[in-house]
Amino acid sequence: MAEAIMQQTLSGWGGMNSEVCDMFRPEKRRALSELIQCKHSDSLIARGLGRSYGDTAVNGGSAVVDTTRLDRMLGFDPDEGLLECEAGVSLADIIDVFLPRGYFVPVTPGTKFVTVGGAIANDVHGKNHHVDGTFCEFVESFTLLIPSGEVLTCSRDENEDVFWATAGGVGLTGIILTARIRLMAVESAYITADYTQCTHLDSALEAMAATDENYQYSVAWVDCLAKGKNLGRSVLMQGNHTPAAELSGTHAAAPFAVKGGLPKMVPFNCPSFVLNPLSIQAFNTVFYAAHGTCTGKIVDYDQYFYPLDAVNHWNRLYGKSGFAQFQATLPFESKAGLVTILERLAKSRRASFLAVLKTFGEQNPGLLSHPMKGYTLTLDVPNRPGLTLFLHELDKILLDHGGRLYLAKDAVATPETIAAMYPRLDEFRAIQKRLDPKGVLSSSMARRLGLVG
Amino acid sequence: MNNEFNYSVVILGSTSGIVRATAHAYAEAGYALVLAARDDEENKILAADIRVRYGVTCHALHFDGADAASHPKFVTDCEAALGTNPTGLILGFGYMAEQEKAQRDVTEVQAMVDVNLTGAISILERFAAVFEERGSGFMGVLSSVAGERGKQSNYIYGATKAGLTCYLEGLRVRLFKANVTVTTIQPGFVDTKMTYGLPLPGPLVATPEQAGRAIFKAVSKGQDEAYVLFFWRYIMLIIKAIPRWQFKKMSM
Repeated sequence: MAEAIMQQTLSGWGGMNSEVCDMFRPEKRRALSELIQCKHSDSLIARGLGRSYGDTAVNGGSAVVDTTRLDRMLGFDPDEGLLECEAGVSLADIIDVFLPRGYFVPVTPGTKFVTVGGAIANDVHGKNHHVDGTFCEFVESFTLLIPSGEVLTCSRDENEDVFWATAGGVGLTGIILTARIRLMAVESAYITADYTQCTHLDSALEAMAATDENYQYSVAWVDCLAKGKNLGRSVLMQGNHTPAAELSGTHAAAPFAVKGGLPKMVPFNCPSFVLNPLSIQAFNTVFYAAHGTCTGKIVDYDQYFYPLDAVNHWNRLYGKSGFAQFQATLPFESKAGLVTILERLAKSRRASFLAVLKTFGEQNPGLLSHPMKGYTLTLDVPNRPGLTLFLHELDKILLDHGGRLYLAKDAVATPETIAAMYPRLDEFRAIQKRLDPKGVLSSSMARRLGLVG
Repeated sequence: MNNEFNYSVVILGSTSGIVRATAHAYAEAGYALVLAARDDEENKILAADIRVRYGVTCHALHFDGADAASHPKFVTDCEAALGTNPTGLILGFGYMAEQEKAQRDVTEVQAMVDVNLTGAISILERFAAVFEERGSGFMGVLSSVAGERGKQSNYIYGATKAGLTCYLEGLRVRLFKANVTVTTIQPGFVDTKMTYGLPLPGPLVATPEQAGRAIFKAVSKGQDEAYVLFFWRYIMLIIKAIPRWQFKKMSM
């Protein structure tokens, strides 16, 4: 039976630039090989839970394959902590099943509603990048369906070039079918967190440099509206998994139990005036004041890693016109670039709340994988007139200081910018072309940025 | 997992979205499972998934609803796999041909009858005999709201499901005396492959997980009939109450 098609207007999580796509949502693995041989459309791209902010998993006028029904777990080796599962399995699902058995996802972005396939294709990172690296560091191998219908097993020993082209390759090398992931053993569902107030960017960066090595997780919340002597004032939030022995009371009796509440919901797009510089400044001031320096606070993993997941469709807070997310990564020696960007943001009053700053560890061999050693600053920018020009201005500052954007977040960059930021793009294109000579795999992002040859 | 009573269930037609979710509801409750489907490759994936997620016994057995001759052996295969006869069964296989194709092509009609009626009756009778002799058991069978009223858009499929619903009514009466429950399930709209892309009003459509849990609950309570979302009972009451002279003018 032919796969059912649904015509749907799709955008990334930022809600900008919606396009009509032909969506498929196969429930059997075999259907993917039929789809990739492209009897339905010019091209296709796989899509998981749609948390990329821009047009990574959008394919205007062509096919998008929703993989969320191909979410079966295939095997688990408790000695190695090795999980084999299909690409549509979400990190939330993995946590639900394995946290009670003493395992956590080894790397997680700020939402658990991403699929394993998406985590590989964007080579996602988390608050532990400075010690553990990206998600793909924990992927032993995956199987990749390529347009010829062939299934490649990719690992560091087998099809290694395809492995590192697919890690961060935004879905353009094929459809990931299954992956083997090393989970991380933990003793509880809790994080012991230390909060440090930093009055200025410099003190935040100094504190990170001095103390990050003591923590598996580290991130600073930054007030991007603060200027002058308050520029980059932040709350540094560092933490480690809580050992079972350090829990007390009810937590000690059930170290993996976390009281779950029903998620709250933003039911419809808010009017865009809800988030304005005044309301955001008020939020930032309260947030800064509320997080005085404190140590040893025990919080559950949901509160620590996923504060925004507690509100379904929080992206609707930005209203119908949506928002862009800007993530800038700069080498350590380019602190001046970071300062220039923060100054520009403060002056523009475009920045939103929840800007975060962290340090990245070593870069991996992923051809389009984002993280590189240095600082990374991430924030939402509401879509108001002039947004594209403003972001291009930031992109230029970033380029001038040897920095780079993150494809999973980007919605407006130009091909030239991305090519300059990712010097191995040509290598990627060559491998992509070899796997997909007929150009079956494409996306709105791939066309916008010329990622495929 | 909590399975002190060694409950077990045979799930027929495990590769459909609703049935997959129903199997998960049983696994979550600690049942040992046999998943049965024609598509061995998918069925094995589904069984592995259940074993990893819930830590219960879960076997994948080949089963073809339309091949009635193979059914007696399937019953003994289940017993061999579980080490005992199952506590109960869920029947969720079915075949829906395109209405217009079925109007032109009698082999499509035959295929629906073979699967939805002959096949279902054949396997239910085999297990009915086992449960009746034992004096316990449950049967949850997916029929369809399409069997309640013949609609222009799918009345041939509907006719096979009407037949199945009628059959279940009688089977229920017979097995009542043997302490075996028979639940007729009319899922309504569930967000699976069958409804994907149809312009259905969101609130009428259940998630597969909702459907699976609702089916588990209704069958466990031994309900005679069950809908996934409660209001379908009222929708169907209204649809059934429309007089024929009016119904024939409607474009349903």
